[in-house]
Parts: sequence; structure tokens; C-alpha cells
Amino acid sequence: MIQLKVNGADQSFNGEPEMPLLWYLRDVLGLTGSKFGCGVGLCGACTVHLNGQATRSCVTTMATAAGKEITTIEGLEKNGLHPLQKAWMQINVPQCGYCQVGQIMQAAALLNSKKKPTDQDIDEAMAGNICRCGTYQRIRVAIKAAAGEMT
Amino acid sequence: MSAIENVSRRRFLTGGVIAAGALVLGVHYYPKLSARDRLPHDTNADHATLHPSVYLGIDPDGTVWIVASRSEMGTTSRTTLPLVVADELDADWKRVKIEQAIGDKRYGDQNTDGSHSIRSFYDAMRQAGATARFMLIEAAAQQWGVPTTECKSDLHVVVHTSTNRTLGYGELAGAAAKFPVPKKEDLKLKPRNAWRYVGKGQVSYDLEALVTGKAVYGMDARIDGMVYASVEHPPVLGGKVKSYDDKEALKVAGVRQVLPIDPYQPPPAFQPLGGIAVIADNTWAAFQGRKKLNISWDNGPNESYSSDSYKNELRATSHNPCKVVRNIGDADAAFVKGGKVYEADYYVPLLAHASMEPMVALAEFKDGKATLWAPTQNPQGAQDTVAKELGIPKEDVICHVTLLGGGFGRKSKPDYIAEAAVLSKKTGRPVKVVWTREDDIKFDYYNAVASMYFKAALGANGKPTAWLQRSVFPPIPSIFDVNAVYGDPAHLQQGWTDIPYDLPNLRIENGPAKAHVRIGWLRSVANIYHGFAIQCFTDELAHAAQRDPLDYLLDLIGEPRTINFNGVEYPNYGASLEAYPWETGRLRHVTELVAEKSEWGKRKHGKGSGVGIAAHRSFLTYVATVVEVEVTDQGEVRIPRVDTALDAGLVVNPEATRAQFEGAAVFGTSVARTGEITATKGVIDQSNFQDYPVARINEVPGQTNVYMVDSDAPPAGVGEPGVPPFIAAFCNAIFAATGKRVRDLPITKLGLS
Repeated sequence: MIQLKVNGADQSFNGEPEMPLLWYLRDVLGLTGSKFGCGVGLCGACTVHLNGQATRSCVTTMATAAGKEITTIEGLEKNGLHPLQKAWMQINVPQCGYCQVGQIMQAAALLNSKKKPTDQDIDEAMAGNICRCGTYQRIRVAIKAAAGEMT
Repeated sequence: MSAIENVSRRRFLTGGVIAAGALVLGVHYYPKLSARDRLPHDTNADHATLHPSVYLGIDPDGTVWIVASRSEMGTTSRTTLPLVVADELDADWKRVKIEQAIGDKRYGDQNTDGSHSIRSFYDAMRQAGATARFMLIEAAAQQWGVPTTECKSDLHVVVHTSTNRTLGYGELAGAAAKFPVPKKEDLKLKPRNAWRYVGKGQVSYDLEALVTGKAVYGMDARIDGMVYASVEHPPVLGGKVKSYDDKEALKVAGVRQVLPIDPYQPPPAFQPLGGIAVIADNTWAAFQGRKKLNISWDNGPNESYSSDSYKNELRATSHNPCKVVRNIGDADAAFVKGGKVYEADYYVPLLAHASMEPMVALAEFKDGKATLWAPTQNPQGAQDTVAKELGIPKEDVICHVTLLGGGFGRKSKPDYIAEAAVLSKKTGRPVKVVWTREDDIKFDYYNAVASMYFKAALGANGKPTAWLQRSVFPPIPSIFDVNAVYGDPAHLQQGWTDIPYDLPNLRIENGPAKAHVRIGWLRSVANIYHGFAIQCFTDELAHAAQRDPLDYLLDLIGEPRTINFNGVEYPNYGASLEAYPWETGRLRHVTELVAEKSEWGKRKHGKGSGVGIAAHRSFLTYVATVVEVEVTDQGEVRIPRVDTALDAGLVVNPEATRAQFEGAAVFGTSVARTGEITATKGVIDQSNFQDYPVARINEVPGQTNVYMVDSDAPPAGVGEPGVPPFIAAFCNAIFAATGKRVRDLPITKLGLS
């Protein structure tokens, strides 16, 4: 039996320990905010926080997640919207939107570690998150806008 | 109830007579349906108190229901078309609720492709809004006992102008519904200076849902009792299962069943590819079960297909006379007369869509009827395909449209939806089919591989006296007819037969190529390879003539004129040449505009740095783009800045349009930098983002500036037209920066690093 915390709530899982966290979140818990994009950690659509670190849930097994605190987009902000979500709306970042949850989770982890990220910090932190619609220019602006809000 | 009111929605579904194409809106009456008649897929608009159009309903509380009949894949059409209705209705956008339509022919065409949602539905949306406003004004005038001429609409109210009395739309809905629906000719559309939203735009209706993870894509569709499926397809197109062993697969925890799916009967069209399906309790178990399958395949004749030799075949074909598709003057005679002759071969490989959401669909077959939930650009196409696969009438297929995690043309083909439907019928349960990224890359409908040959003779001042261009590519119609080998007018028109240059001698040819993979539409389609080749060859000639590329391009475009297509089959993207003539003056204008905005010729470029320019019309929109690149000593290519100017006629939603052109620069970056799908012995070599890379944040243009021409021309496309000129301008910039000419895409073949 695997015990873990998802968005602050205790959960237990007695399925395959090799199952990736992404499919547990989506198919078992019904938390579908985190997306399946590549299955091998190359696109970032599945990004969640594992003990506060941005993590690709599609390549993180349940065995690895055991005993950890998981935060998904559904639990990113308890009251209203996170500053990044507000900035994403203000800058009108999303097109299809499918990757944006992963982008926001990745950006949230970035801002947790760097209050005022430079362009290079953003490039380094966000290069693992693909947006096929090509909203990168706005993502960069939105991260900076949110960073301004949060200080 | 009058006789006409008895024509119910139900009767429509069983073949009734009130089906109205989008373009005859307003002349039919859509009655309010009683709760008793309610079907699970009726819209709230259908049941609203005032319901003068399939697209619109108004409730007594003032809620305005607007039906989005086109699919939302990121272009914002789900917001922008309702915005047109709301504007013409004078509705308060905050009180508008948008509903997504199921696939239903009463909405007219729903295949959200070809950058034509706004163009084809702008008038229909205006009429829908104007119809309701007309009826609301009539109701208010009657209530006040005044002539309608003394009344006008204001934000969500009707106003009696002399007394300033107002009545809200909600209050008037019931009375308005008693009036007959006005004829289209009697409608008075708002003048441009009274527009509230059109031309100003609006962010996506779904914006908050998109950033909170609440938006529902096909991947997120769930219903009770559903099982998950993953399908091992034949690795070579047209292959078949010889035998298979599922013992190990069935041992995987969570795997319930292993089922074969029949191979398609040629031509492939939108049929499932066939193969072996693993049915499981969750997605991961289905994926794991698949890995344990042991399948022996009969690969069939496409096993002979390899991209290297195929490229040589295309090129060889293009070096010999082919079918003439357009001719002006006598190019051969002019070549003989002399002038310096230049020749070049251009090549673009197969390209995959790689939308962030892989193919996925949920289907439930029950009591002889199918219900689908799918991220589809083409719900009516899904109905057709599923009906055929299951042997049931189209009316018994309900297709719900979720949000799409990208589409780019791939999700116009419903093969993956039919797969889910077939599996639901076989299992007797709702089935959600989930494609892996590997499935998506290996079993796409690829943008065609194309080889293009050019020959031009330059006369005085370096201007071409003769121009010959030949293209060879496997055509999209090959998915519907295995013998189709020549380019069809719908794709030859895409930046090829409509070369906009004022040339005295021009011959355009097209040669045959047999398809060995499924060929399909990808954002900008044939414009990708045509635009790249023509605009880069133009740049080559400019340098050969020692002319500035901008001046040379403008010189070739020539004086403003309307292209005469006599003797050429030119479909003009389905629009009439009267409404949308091909005006070279507009192409010239955007070229001059982008040159001015980008300060062409005025900015200094150091070693390894340079700019390129290209101009291209596609989907009825004129675009010119300037790209700046820097190439480091290590061969790393950076794109500090992109400037792009467009004339798309009336732009309804400038903010969304700007986003589309920013995105087009990124899409074009992916195509040009790394886009390449190849096959070896019929099997696609690439599988995921490690070998089919798409542009990441550190590789894309640092800044894309978008300039829109303010125009009274009717609206044209904005989703696709930004891609082709970007690719060519980018490659021309690489030449300017390095002296290396890109003739083969992607640029990795150039050996910069």
C-alpha cells in the first residue's frame, strides 16, 4: 500500500507501484488538469510539484511518489487564482491551452526558487515545456508580470 | 401552436425538413422546444424563450445562449464567432453563455480547417444577432405602443429614443418570440462605427478554465463504466496482422481483453488502420499490455518505401517535363534566346502535426447507436466515418466536441474516433482510445514531401525573362484514391499556380508521385513547400542580380493588378474571385509595410547576423515577413526578431489574430529548424520529441511584432497564413548571415554546426 498526499489530502494506492503518477492522478483520482503529452518526460505537459519540485509525473512512478506531497494545478492555489494564473489571463497566454497547466506548474516552481528570473533563468527553467501553438513569447512576459506581483 | 412550430428538433434528426445551411439563416423559424422534447444534445439555445436561429437563444433572465458550431483548437473561433453575434445583437458579453454544438448538419459546415471559420460564418453570425435584435425592438415598440423607428437597441436593452424608456432583452424575450422571424432582406445591420466588439476583440471565453486545469479536452472525457484502449497499428501503411500472441499481455494487471481490429480496405481515407487493441482498466495498463504483445505482420507493398530513394525519385521526375498547369508566353523560347540561366532544386520532407494532445476519443455504442466525445475538427466527418464503420445511419451517431489540445489539421481526420467506436461495439462498453505520442508521430496524415525544380533566365536589371517551376509531391487525394498521383487544383493553388510575379514567360508544371504513407492537411498545407521554394529562389535571383532582396521582390510583384486566372483552375480557397480577387497591390503593400516597420536596410548586422524577407498570400490573406537571425561560430541559430505584416481584410479579433501570427512564427521555426519525418522500409523512423523535435522557448523568435492592415475587405484567414512567409524569410536570413543557401529543409542538413 502506497501512501501519499495529493493537494493536501491523504491518499492510499494499492495498485502497481510502477504506474506513473500521471495516470494515478488522471485515471484513478480523476484529477485531469495534468496532461499526457509524450509519456517520456520530454514535453512537460504533465508537470506537477513533488515536495515542491517541478516533476514530470509521466515518468515518476507511484513507488517514487510514496510518502511525498504532490501538488497539481487543482491544488496550486487554495484561494482564487495564483499570481501566475492571473498573469496568464492578463497577458492572454493560452491558445489551445493543453500545455499551459504544465507551463504554469513549471513557472510556479521557478518563482519559488527565483523571485526575479532573468530571460536566461526563464529559458533554462521552461525549456522542458513544449507549446506547439507557440505561446512562448507571452509565457515569458507573463512570468515576469507574475514575479512583479509576487514581490 | 402553428403548423411550423410542430416541426420539432426530433423530427429534424430523423430527416425532417428544417435543415438550414448557415447561409440561409433567418429565413427559417426555429421554435422553442418543450422540456418533453428535450434530447440530451439539444442546446440551451434550442430551448430558450426567444430562439430565432440555430445559433442563438435568449432567456427571460437575460441570458444569451450562443452556439459555437466550429471546433476550438486554439484559434479562438469559439469566442470570436459568438462575439460577432453579440455585437450585432448589442448584447452584453458578460451575459453571453457559449455552448459547443454537437456534429449536426443544421449548423452548415463544421470542419474547422482551411482558416475559414470567420470568413465563412461572419455574415451568418451577424444575421443571427440582427434577427434577434429586430424581434426585440418589435416587441418593445408594441409594448410602448410606438413605431419601431422610434426604438433602438443599446447594451442588452431596447430604448425608446424620445422618452429614454428602456426594456431589457430578458423582459422582452417572451413577447419577441411571438413575432415572426424577419427575412434576411429586412434586417438592418449595424454600421461599422456602432460596432462594440468586432475589430476590438475579446480574450477566449474559456481563458480561466484553460489556466486552472478545468477545461475539458478529449483526453479528459470520462463516463461511467468506460474502459481504456491502446492499439498496436501495422507498422507499415496497409500492413496486416499475420498472427499474434496475447498471453503475456493478458497477464498485465488491469488488462481485460485483447482484440484485433480489421485492416482498412484501400483507400485508407479515415478508416481505422487496424491492428491489435489492448483493453484495460486504465491508460497505463493498456500501454503496458501493448508492450507484451507478440505480433507477426505482413507489411504489404509499402515496405519498399524509403525516404532517401524516394527523394531521388521525386527529384528525377522534376528534372523532366511534367504536366503543365499554367502557362504564359513561351518560356522555352525565352530560355533559348539567352540571358543568364539559373536553376535550383528545393526540397521539403514529410512533416507531422504533433499537437500537444495526442489522438484520443471516447465512444459508447449502445442499442444500435453511437455516442462520441472527441477532440475533433470535423464532427460531421466523425459521424460519417463512424456510421460507415458500424453500419448504422449517420443520424444514430452523436458526436460531442470537446476542446482540442491543438489540431493543426490532424484532427480533421476521424480515424482515431472510428477506432474507439469499433472497440466499443466489440466490447459492449464505453471505450476511450488513447494514442501514445509514438502512435501520433508514426501514424499521422503527413504534410506531403515535395521536390521543386526552378529555372529562370535573367535579363536587363536582373529581372526574369522566363521562369519555369515544377513541383512533385504525393497529393492529399491519394488517401481517397490510391491511384491519385498528381497535385489537385486545391493544393496546386496554394502558392504555386498563383505565383504573383509579373512575368512575360511563365510555365508551371506538376509531376506524379505515388503516396506510401497517409498524406493530409497540416497548418498551411502545400503553401509550406511552395512558399518556401518560390520565396527562397526569388532571394537567390536577387543576390545573383546583385539587387537588394526587398527591391527585387517588389520589382517582381510589379505594379498593383488583379491576377487573371483565365485557363487555370484556381479554386481561390473556395471563395469567389469577385469577393476575394488576388490583388498584387495588397501583397506589395504588406511587403512595404513590413520593410518600413522592420527598418529594412537601416539596421546594422554584424558577422553571422542578417535579415531575410518573404511575401506570400494564402487562405486569402496577404502576409510579408522579415526575420532576423544570428548564427554563432558554433552554428547555433538564434532568431532575435520577427516582423510580420498582414492584410486579412476585416480582422474581427485583433488580439487573437496577433496570437496566431506569433504562433505561426514558432510553428515555422519548428518546420525550418528540425521538421523532418522519414521512412525506412515503410516504417516511420521518428517516434517522439527526441527525434521529431519541435521548437522550445530557448529556440524561438525573441520578439515577433505583428502589424495588421486596417481594411474594409471581407475577412480572410488568420490561422495558417503566417507560416509560409516566415519559413522563407528565416531561410533567406540564414543566407544573409552565413552565405549558405537553404534549399533542403530542415536546416540541420545545412551543416551549420
